[in-house]
Amino acid sequence: MEKILEVRNLSVAFETYSGKVQAVRDISFDIEKGSVTAIVGESGCGKSVTSKAVMGLIRKPGKISDESEILFQGENILKYTEKQWQSYRGQQCSIVFQDALTALNPTMNIGKQITEKIRVHKKVSKQEAWQEGIRMLELVGIPNAQMRMKQYPHEFSGGMRQRVMIAIALTLNPKLLIADEPTTALDVTIQADILEMMKGIQKTHGMSIILITHDLGIVANFATNIIVMYAGKVMERGSAEDIFYSPAHPYTEALLKAVPRLDMEDEQLETIEGAPPNMANPPTGCPFADRCRKRMDICKQEFPQETELAEGHEVCCWLWKGER
Amino acid sequence: MDRKAMKKVFFSNKMTVVCAILLLIIIAAAILAPLSPYDPDASSVAEKLQGVSSAHILGTDDIGRDTFTRTLYGGRVSLMVGFAAMCVAVIIGTFIGTISGFMGGMVDVVCMRIVDVFMSVPSLLFIIVVYAFMPRNMVTLVLMLAFFSWTKVARVVRAQTLTLKERDFILAAQALGVSKGAIIWKHIIPNLMPQIIVAASLSIANAILDESALSFLGYGVQLPMASWGSMLQTAQKFILHNPIMAVAPGTMILVTVLCFNVLGDMLQQILDPKLMK
Amino acid sequence: MKNFIIKRVAQMALVFVIVSIFSFLIIYFSPGDPLYLYTSPAVSSYKMTDEQLDDMRESLGLNGNIVQRYANWAGKMLQGDWGLSISNHQPVKGQILDKLPNTIGLMGASLILSILVAIPLGLLAGYYKNSWIDNVISGISYLGISLPAFWFGIMLIIVFSLNLGWLPSSGMRSIGVTSTADVIRHGILPVIVLSVNNTAVFVRYIRSNTIEQKEEEYVMTAVSKGVGQMQVLKGHVLKNCLLPIITMVGMNFGTLITGSFIVESVFGWPGLGTLCMSAINSRDYTMIMGITMLACTVLLIGNFLADILYGFADPRIKQGKEKQNG
Repeated sequence: MEKILEVRNLSVAFETYSGKVQAVRDISFDIEKGSVTAIVGESGCGKSVTSKAVMGLIRKPGKISDESEILFQGENILKYTEKQWQSYRGQQCSIVFQDALTALNPTMNIGKQITEKIRVHKKVSKQEAWQEGIRMLELVGIPNAQMRMKQYPHEFSGGMRQRVMIAIALTLNPKLLIADEPTTALDVTIQADILEMMKGIQKTHGMSIILITHDLGIVANFATNIIVMYAGKVMERGSAEDIFYSPAHPYTEALLKAVPRLDMEDEQLETIEGAPPNMANPPTGCPFADRCRKRMDICKQEFPQETELAEGHEVCCWLWKGER
Repeated sequence: MDRKAMKKVFFSNKMTVVCAILLLIIIAAAILAPLSPYDPDASSVAEKLQGVSSAHILGTDDIGRDTFTRTLYGGRVSLMVGFAAMCVAVIIGTFIGTISGFMGGMVDVVCMRIVDVFMSVPSLLFIIVVYAFMPRNMVTLVLMLAFFSWTKVARVVRAQTLTLKERDFILAAQALGVSKGAIIWKHIIPNLMPQIIVAASLSIANAILDESALSFLGYGVQLPMASWGSMLQTAQKFILHNPIMAVAPGTMILVTVLCFNVLGDMLQQILDPKLMK
Repeated sequence: MKNFIIKRVAQMALVFVIVSIFSFLIIYFSPGDPLYLYTSPAVSSYKMTDEQLDDMRESLGLNGNIVQRYANWAGKMLQGDWGLSISNHQPVKGQILDKLPNTIGLMGASLILSILVAIPLGLLAGYYKNSWIDNVISGISYLGISLPAFWFGIMLIIVFSLNLGWLPSSGMRSIGVTSTADVIRHGILPVIVLSVNNTAVFVRYIRSNTIEQKEEEYVMTAVSKGVGQMQVLKGHVLKNCLLPIITMVGMNFGTLITGSFIVESVFGWPGLGTLCMSAINSRDYTMIMGITMLACTVLLIGNFLADILYGFADPRIKQGKEKQNG
């Protein structure tokens, strides 16, 4: 499979008053062309920071370490100049944020916010851009697109606003779409509609999607690949099947047990006891060790290297080190 | 943020430390004013309107009083008026702010309308008008200043009370049947302390500034007592002959108010989690 | 928008009535007889008869109980009859309207100066937060809010009028000169002094606004669309930063009014402030009430206009969805 994105040794730290918070710690993964990859983890595990790093949106006091590499179609985007970034953002790679109400400019109408993106990248007339905007709104299923173009974000319902956000991101057909918790702020029924819509567009346009979420439930029938993150580390990654049917990491197992399923009968939902570690002073060993039921002595001393269980299924856990 | 971290930030910021030290010096100077060899009120016509000399390091005024000594004593009055006005304003503001925020409903509406009315009148003009018809003494001056400045405290306190009200420990106390008065007094006000300190710091700066303006216009501290503002009133008449008279009190007002403003602002930044990122 | 305007007008009317009652009460209960000048033998050798005094009270609206007097005064006020000045028996309205343009001119010039200076400085400081340029601008704005305006005026007079002799130290016109240039020359120092406080407040406000807006998520969205930094600043941040300035100007109208009174008394500027001070000194209560009410009216209208203007500039309010305290 061809890879659209390769992340190598990515570390991102934030300088704060209470010390250096290491949000992402030396992670590596690939995104295959045409795949839908879900990055799953609790809040604060570094999944959003990873996505921002891919978009080049890490701002002071955040800093990407010098060893990090992010290859987009083989090119290291972290070496980009500001000009190159500008042409990459939006055209090659787009992002959808969680809360469209804050992510859209409140005092600019929707039409301008879409056409702005078109006109930054392409030399087209205002009318052409406007027409393209209307087409995009229709694509994401917004009725009355022509009239809607002149409206402001607050005049849309939450679901419609998120569709607008997605329309903006999809404009110009980017090769990679990052969706950062795109449906978390919405009602469950609207959530399903929007995911369905995204799935349809992904099929017809053949783009790659990175779906960032804390909810394994919505991943199940959407993602082809899954990356499980915890405390700034990738714990396990593999195809959706690998993760759902043969989870290897105790954290993945615990996450799966916390998702309600229709085929559950009398089983109780399990919770994971304890809290993630303080990222200003992360443990040297496995960060999940304190909450892990299968903890061993070595877990607290050293973080395990990746173990390949099957083609594309990798796990970072001492449990699997012994078996090799 | 916990107290320890706050202390750390406070002391790691050079500006706050410099301001705190300056204020301590100014307060100490005002307290120690009697150590000056001159009587602040003793006139000596022979020595009037002198310039800077080794005997009078800031010269003398129109009836021969030592400007340096008078500035020290003036500081006592200005600081005291500012401090007292702040205390009254903070007490009224906290009282009305917490009640308004905690009770909600009609009480809140009425209180906030009152605050609106106060906010939409030119306060200093009102103080002058009222003060012109009142017995002119320190008590009325302080009350007047406080009367027109408690609204700022009340707004801050109310906003903070509204968020506190929803916190679990307050809800728990309510569920346990603790009376409203006790909740406000024992749970809300202690948790408002940081915000109140900020408001107090800014309020004292304003009070000193307003007092000086009033005294300058002749409606504040009355003779023979001097404050920095009333010294400037006298000084204005003699700027042609002795400009140094106007420099010292004005600089003192500026530095004092500046320090309180900076301190208040820095504290606010420390308290604001958004700015701490 | 219509409901919004109606609500604001009602609110304004309420504040206006409360203020008028309040100021009326102060003067009603204040010690001292307004006719002191005419009754005390110490002041004037001419002693009026009781009948003459009664007539005079009647003509000045000093008879009757408190409610009658207030109703009397308020009714006349609404009809445009602001009464006669107690000290010189001339209509209050005429004297006030005579001086009003001088004060309005001072305030207007100062407001324009403040806004013109504050916008670039505030944006610059906010955009380059914590850089040396921000430190310089923020430092100066701290000075500006802490500076006693009247003292600053005195210092400017000492330097620019007495030592350098560049500008006149007081008044509005040189004797015998009627040119506008002369008025402007006289106005430079007062306008600067009046502007210092407000400018500093505006700079701090715009700065923190810029910082806040820069961190907003929509800015990140714009960047993620591939929009360049300058364009993001111009196309997105600027408008959202400058919008609240309208409200802020409205809120600072009060400081502007009282500030102009102080500045007038420092520079001997013949405006409302000077008129008010002499009215207070001579206990000319009709005049004081006239001026206080006018000052409140100016303030209320200023606030009101700011709100309306904001409503038109911000789509969120224009469409009737009121936002909490912009």
